[in-house]
Order: sequence, then C-alpha cells, then structure tokens
Amino acid sequence: MSQTAPAAPKAIEGSLNFLDDRLGSTTFFKRNARKVFPDHWSFMLGEIALYSFVILLLTGTFLTLWFKPSMHEVIYNGSYTKLNGVKMSEAYASALHISFDVRGGLLMRQLHHWAAILFMASIMAHMLRVFFTGAYRKPRELNWLIGIGMFTLGMVEGLFGYSLPDDLLSGTGLRITQGVLEAIPLVGTYGYMFLFGGEFPEGDNGDLIPRLFTLHVLLIPGIILALVTAHMMIMWHQKHTAMPTRNQTEQQVYGYPFYPVFMAKTGAYFLFTFGVLALLSTLTQINPIWLFGPYDPGAISAGSQPDFYMGVLEGSLRIMPNWEITAAGHTLSLNVLIPALLPLGLVFGGAAAWPFIERWVTGDNRSHHVNERPRNAPVRTGVGMAAVTFYGLLWLAGANDLLAERFHVSLFATTWFFRFAIFIGPVLAYIVTKRICLGLQRKDAAVIDHGVESGIIVMSPEGKFSERHTPVKEDDKIVILSKENAKPEAPAVDASGVPAPGTKGPMGFLRSRLQRAWTFDDIPVEDKGHHGEHHEVEGAEHSGAEQKELSR
Amino acid sequence: MKRFTAWRRRPWAGYAVVLAALAAIGVLYAGFTPQNDRAEAAGNAQAAEDLQNGRQLYNKNCASCHGQNGEGTKDANGKAIAPSLLGVGAASVDFQVSTGRMPAMNPGAQMPRKRPIPEFNVDVKTDYEEPEKREAAEKQKAQAEKNLADLRAYIASLGGGPSVPTAEQTDPDKGNAAAGGKLFRTNCAQCHNFVGSGGALTGGKYAPPLDTSDVTPTQIYEAMLTGPQAMPVFNDTTLTPENKRDIIAYLVKTREEPNPGGNGLGRVGPVSEGLAGWLIGLSLLVLAAMWITAKKPKKLKKS
Ligand code: HEC
Ligand code: HEC
Ligand code: HEM
Repeated sequence: MSQTAPAAPKAIEGSLNFLDDRLGSTTFFKRNARKVFPDHWSFMLGEIALYSFVILLLTGTFLTLWFKPSMHEVIYNGSYTKLNGVKMSEAYASALHISFDVRGGLLMRQLHHWAAILFMASIMAHMLRVFFTGAYRKPRELNWLIGIGMFTLGMVEGLFGYSLPDDLLSGTGLRITQGVLEAIPLVGTYGYMFLFGGEFPEGDNGDLIPRLFTLHVLLIPGIILALVTAHMMIMWHQKHTAMPTRNQTEQQVYGYPFYPVFMAKTGAYFLFTFGVLALLSTLTQINPIWLFGPYDPGAISAGSQPDFYMGVLEGSLRIMPNWEITAAGHTLSLNVLIPALLPLGLVFGGAAAWPFIERWVTGDNRSHHVNERPRNAPVRTGVGMAAVTFYGLLWLAGANDLLAERFHVSLFATTWFFRFAIFIGPVLAYIVTKRICLGLQRKDAAVIDHGVESGIIVMSPEGKFSERHTPVKEDDKIVILSKENAKPEAPAVDASGVPAPGTKGPMGFLRSRLQRAWTFDDIPVEDKGHHGEHHEVEGAEHSGAEQKELSR
Repeated sequence: MKRFTAWRRRPWAGYAVVLAALAAIGVLYAGFTPQNDRAEAAGNAQAAEDLQNGRQLYNKNCASCHGQNGEGTKDANGKAIAPSLLGVGAASVDFQVSTGRMPAMNPGAQMPRKRPIPEFNVDVKTDYEEPEKREAAEKQKAQAEKNLADLRAYIASLGGGPSVPTAEQTDPDKGNAAAGGKLFRTNCAQCHNFVGSGGALTGGKYAPPLDTSDVTPTQIYEAMLTGPQAMPVFNDTTLTPENKRDIIAYLVKTREEPNPGGNGLGRVGPVSEGLAGWLIGLSLLVLAAMWITAKKPKKLKKS
C-alpha cells in the first residue's frame, strides 16, 4: 500500500534532521511521521478508550498513594461524621479518607471511576464501529481478537476496581462473583477458595481485598497495557481502514499525515477527553460510597446494580428461572451457571469467531482496506443489530427494578417481558435491519440509475408533471459504487459432474447454504451510464432515449 | 421570587421573620404537645365534643369502606374491601390520613401517597403578607390539625392501639445517625434503597421514596410502628424507640446532606451513572470528534 500525503513542512524536516543527527533514525521517523490517518469521526472512538486508559493509569496511581488494601477492622472516626463510631474495614475507611480528607481526592476518585465508565463505553462503541463497517476483515482479525480480549479484561478490571472500597454495593457484587465461581462444576469451590482465600466475605486472613488490589493495580493493567501496545503496533503497521471515498482505494490510504496534522488533532482530542472527564467528575457524583455504607453481610439494598459494563450479567441473573439439577449428591446451579456463562459466552465467543465464520461462508480471502458500508452487508449488519438487541435487553433487564419503579410497572411483568423479549427481540432486529439495508441498497441503485430527486417539478409541453432528477455528485457516486455486488453462484456441480470445491460433505453443504443466505437477495448497484457523464461510452442519443423511458 | 427578594430587603423584614419563627414554634409546640394532656385539661364536655367531631368525620369520609363502627367491610364473595380499624391505633390513622393514603380513592396494587384531603391537610401555607389572609390560613391549619386529632381519637376509642409518637421520640437531632444508618441498611434498604430513594417490589407494589422532606419524622416513626400494607411492622422489640429515632436521624440528615461530588444523579446507584456516562460523556466526545475531524488544516487544504 502506498500513502498519499503532502510533503512535510520545513520546520518538521528540521526537527527530523536534528533527531537524525543524534539517533540516525530519520527513515524511521520520517516514515512514521508521514503515516496517514483517516478523517472520519467514528475513527476517534478507539482513541477515547486509549486516552481514558491513560487517565485511568494516572488517577489510579494517585489513589494507590492513600488507599489501604486491607480488611483489618477499624472504627471510623473522621470527617464524615455520619459514620463516626461505625466498624468498617481499613479499605473502606481509607476510601472515605481519600474522599473527604485528601485534597483533590474525591475528584481523583470520581475521575478514575468516570474514566472507567468512559473506557468501557468507548470500547463498546469502537467495537460496534469496527464490526458494522467490516473493518475486522482480513488482515485485521488479530486486532479484532485483541480488542475482545481488552474488553473482557476491562470488565474484570472494573469489577475488581469497584470491589476495592469494600462498601455495601461492592460487597454485593463480590457475593455474586462468589456465587458464580461456586456454580462452576467441579472446580468451582476450589476456584472460589483460591480467589477469596477462604470463606466470603473476607477470606480466612482478610486476603480478598489485598489480592484484588494486586490484580487491579498490577496484573490486569499490565496485560491491558501490553495488549494496547500490540493493538497500536499492529494498527500502525497495517494502517487504518477508511470509509470509501474518492481518494481511498484498496491500494492507497488517504488522509492526513500523522505529523503534524493528525498529531495536533489527536493531541487536542486527548485534551477533549480529559476535559469531558473533568466536567463529569466535577459536576456529577459517582459511586458515593459514604452513602452505601461499609459492607455488612447482614445488609442488602434495593437497586444493587453493578457498573454498566457488568449489567448484562446482572440482567441475565435476574431473568433466569430458578433451575437446579441435583445428581449424585451434587447440585448443578443452572440458575447461576447459565446466566453467568451463556449470554456473554455467546456474545464474546460469537464476536471472536465472526471474522473467521464470515470468511469461511463468503469464501472471501482477499485483504480489505476500504470499509464496507453497513447496508452493503445486510446479513452482517442484521446479525450485529441482533447482538446489540440481545445485549441491550439483558442490560435493561439488569435495571428492571428501577424500570419498574420509575415507570410504574410491575416488577414481575418486567421479568416476564424480558424472558420473552430476549428470544424474540434479536430475531425481529435481524429481520428489520436486513429489510432496511436492502431498502437502502435499492435506493442506491435507483439513485445511480435516475439521479437524485431535485425537488423541482417541471411541466412538459404536453402538460405532464415530472420531477427533475439531477445526476449524482461524483463524490457520492464513488461512495455508492463502493458496493461489491454479489457474484452469481458457482454451479454446485461443474460440467463433468464434479462438485464445486468446498461444497462437499455436510460442512460443504452448510457452507453453500450459508453463502446463499449471505447473497441471495443482494440488489446490484451498477452505473449503467444513464446520465450525461458517460456520453462517449454510451452515446448521447441512446442515453437520452433511456432517460425518457425511465422518467415514467 | 423577585417579589420575595424585594420583600426580604425591607427594614422590618428581620423582625418579621423572627416573629414568624416564634409563632411557628408556638404552633408546632401546641401541635406536638401530647393530646391526652390537653384533653385532661379541657373539660369532659370538650372531650365529648371532639369525639363527636371525630365520629362525624369518620362517618363522612371513612365509613363507606371501613363500616359504621370500623369493623371493616366485605364484598359479596366475603373478600375484604377494607380492613377493620379496631385496634389499629391513632398512629396508623395519623400515618394513613396525613400521607393522603386515606381516604382511599381508587384502590390499586397499593394506595399511593398523595395530598391529604382539605379537611385533614395540615400542610397549609401560612406565611402570607396580608394579616387577614394569614389569619384565615392559620385557622384552616388549626382546624385540620384538630380534625386529624379528633379522628385519631375517635378511631382509637373503638379499640385502642399504638398512639402517635411524641415530638421527643421523633426528633432527628436527638438520634444517632451513624447507628441509624447501620439499622437502616439492615432493616429497610432492601426495599427502600441505600438512602431511601425507593424501590420496586413484586406484584406492582413499591417502597416509596423517603428522601423528600414531605415524609415527616412522625410519619417515618408511624410507618415503622404500624407497617402499612406491604411493609413489615417493626415493633418496639425489633427496633426500640431509640433505634427508631436513630433511623429518623439518619434519613433526615442524609436527605439534607449535599452531594459533595456534584449532582447526585438521583442517588440510585450505578444505573444512572452508566446512563450519564453514555449520554453525557460519550456523546460530548463524539461531537468533539466530529468537530475535530471536520476541521481542515489550512496548509494542506488544497490536497
Ligand atoms: C375507598 C375505600 C376506603 C376509604 C374511603 C377509606 N379507606 Fe382506609 N383502607 C381502605 C383499604 C382498601 C385499606 C387496606 C389497604 C391495604 O392494606 O392495602 C385501608 C386501610 C386503612 C388503614 C390501615 C389499616 C391497618 O390495618 O393498618 C387505616 C388506618 C385506614 N384505612 C383509615 C382510614 C380512614 C381514617 C379513612 C377516612 C378518612 C379511610 N381509611 C377511608 C379503604 C378505604
Ligand atoms: C418489605 C419491604 C419494606 C421494608 C423492609 C421497609 N419498608 Fe417502608 N414501606 C414499604 C412499602 C411497600 C411502603 C408503602 C406502604 C403504603 O403505601 O401504604 C412503605 C412505606 C414507608 C414509609 C412511608 C413513606 C411515604 O411515602 O409515606 C416510610 C416512612 C417507611 N416505609 C419507612 C421504612 C423504614 C424506616 C423501614 C426500616 C425500618 C422500612 N420502611 C422498611 C416497604 C418496606
Ligand atoms: C482499565 C483500567 C482500570 C479500570 C477500568 C479501573 C476501574 C476502577 C473502578 C471502577 C474503581 C472503583 C472506584 C471508586 O471507588 O469509585 C477503581 C478503584 C481503584 N483503582 Fe482502578 N481501574 C483501572 C486501572 C487502575 C490502575 C492502573 C490503578 C493503579 C495503578 C488503579 C488503582 C485503583 C485504586 C487504588 C482503586 C481504589 C480506590 C478507591 O476506590 O477509592 N486502577 N478502579
């Protein structure tokens, strides 16, 4: 792939020369400083995640200076007088200390937590962007997998993070974690004892919080950081994909050079991210642990929800019927096991396998650098929306008590609603999305054929009214024509009776069925040259004649 | 608002406020003084008259459902329309009527809290500027208080039951908020949420929010004492009067306490936080991304 970008200004050449004289690395810097970056807002979503992560590292380090990861019991006596004389763990007391006595401490806690929310939210949005534009296709499958890995780790990191302050809400979350671990057949109890270091809530020697602390500040951020690095390096090496535009082809990336343009933009964007987080953290309160109170095994509150990125699990648990199997003296808690593993397993496993499944089904082994418009891959878009619906419904189910309370519906009714919706919703979403995609394809085909409706009504000499259509703008045309039309299916059996490659056996059968499902209702979008631009090819009379015919 | 500000600046405003405060304390004091003291002081004639007033109010507003003598009513199938009021006590009547739940209007899954009917509405605005208006309002308030007291006394006379708590028993300043918080989290939060912002229960029922100032300390005490509808009764052995006062202190202090971290987002926990993260955080950043990517650098514009 080549890159097109204007030559770097003098000032940059100068500074590069400075570096070169010292490091002898001009080619490296030159090459990389001229790296081209695309210019579409949706390509910044990943950057929000990156910058939130940086802010998480910084604010988290600040918090470690005062946070005491200890379950040692103390009696609080501090600035928050409403808890004076209450027994609590040192962890909780130190989080109160950070909130009320350390200068800027509450702001830092809130920044840390809001950054965690934004980190996960932007990862989700980023993943959706990548999915719906087909940017995960060859050669970028590895980065897609890394992304899913980071998302999963982010969930665990967040869970451990909000468990650290040892308030009533986080304790409730840990109790559920315990339940999930214990429900795993055979190794469950062992795993639970291994993580908790003894019985809930604190392990035999109060080991739990210190363990979570190490995982939270060292191990998981370390792995995430390594994955982020790999993610960025692979991206840098492969270059961004881009939306189809006039200058963007499979052979060349078009955009602005990293230095100075993209660097200025992305630098500004870091400041934006920081600014929005600062705004949220100063104006809106998050995780008010002093209101939740210290963890107390005898207490539980309504509205005990996890952070939003764990909401799916909460929702699955809430709508799961209470099934248990007892066999040979062992109880298999399907009521916990299924919701804990199945929905997320389906979403994450499905997402991880998707690029490979798609490649297998479509037989498309080419590399792709230009993205596909969502409408041009209706099956993918439909499946994506089905997954979003599935996830979204579970998410809502996790807040069913609040929904019931705020909208005055019965809690029971919401549970049953979600039990059905979770199966019907995704199917509906698939069908509706696919219809919309095909409709848009049809519109594209019409636009290429007839031009754009201009809104001008003209009266012909015979007194007929018709709307004048203007030819599509060249830039738009390129976007519309970026669609790859489905190729006619290869005959299942060739002339000499040999089945086409890859159609043999049950897998081959499945594959060709799926391939048909992928393409059978494709609407070809082609420039048949019905407009003035292609006179030299089609001939003026011919095109004029067609136009008449078309403007019925 | 503007008028109020102008009024506040008048030279006599300070004295007026002090006087009004003194008057309010007097009224409050009179209102909270244990009723039986007053009844004793007044002659038997007065007591009989009060009881008569209570009976009339009862017949007018309550008897249609609760029966002529408070014995309750049943429909044709023998299903209770309204429960018997024998032995529910003055506390229950005070709670039900002062929160507007009774007289019930259109029974659903749960009687909602609403503005009490005018006869029993003690929450009357009395700080009018014009003396006649103020006098009328004060009279109305006093009448409502008397009506409520008479009704309580009448229903209590039918079968006894817990009486209305004293001002001393419900004084938030005398309770220990820290102990109250602990008690609240173990006894009440599973229905009413961490700080009493309310929560859903099964069968279309709900635990109402306790974080607005119209849920008075007296009502909180009475709710615990009588356990309205789906709420359990917390009698004096489960929660001693001291415990109850601690819980009141916790609730009142918590709802008056500002949110040190900014807007409290309804104090309902992570759901509203997640919503804010997406709706405010992410959408602001998407706007910023659109703006930044749409900006073309001058030097390179031609390309
Ligand atoms: C429309 C019918 C209706 C009217 C009118 C009505 N009530 Fe009730 N009342 C009910 C019902 C039904 C309940 C039971 C509520 C429940 O538990 O769900 C009830 C419950 C009560 C209770 C609680 C009983 C207990 O066991 O604690 C009290 C006290 C009460 N009513 C007092 C009154 C008073 C005083 C009035 C008149 C001002 C009144 N009610 C008017 C229907 C009515
Ligand atoms: C089983 C759930 C449950 C528990 C536990 C519970 N409540 Fe309630 N509470 C309710 C319900 C339901 C109502 C509404 C009753 C009604 O409308 O008649 C209520 C009503 C109230 C009210 C009246 C609010 C209003 O709007 O008028 C107060 C005050 C109250 N509760 C306080 C408490 C306190 C204090 C505790 C703990 C000691 C507690 N509750 C425990 C369910 C509960
Ligand atoms: C992807 C990265 C991270 C995520 C998603 C994350 C998330 C969280 C969350 C949600 C909390 C609860 C905050 C609260 O009390 O409201 C938390 C607490 C904490 N985090 Fe992180 N965190 C991350 C990285 C880090 C790092 C790198 C460090 C340290 C170097 C760190 C240190 C801490 C500490 C000390 C606490 C407890 C302090 C307190 O709760 O007051 N975190 N984290």
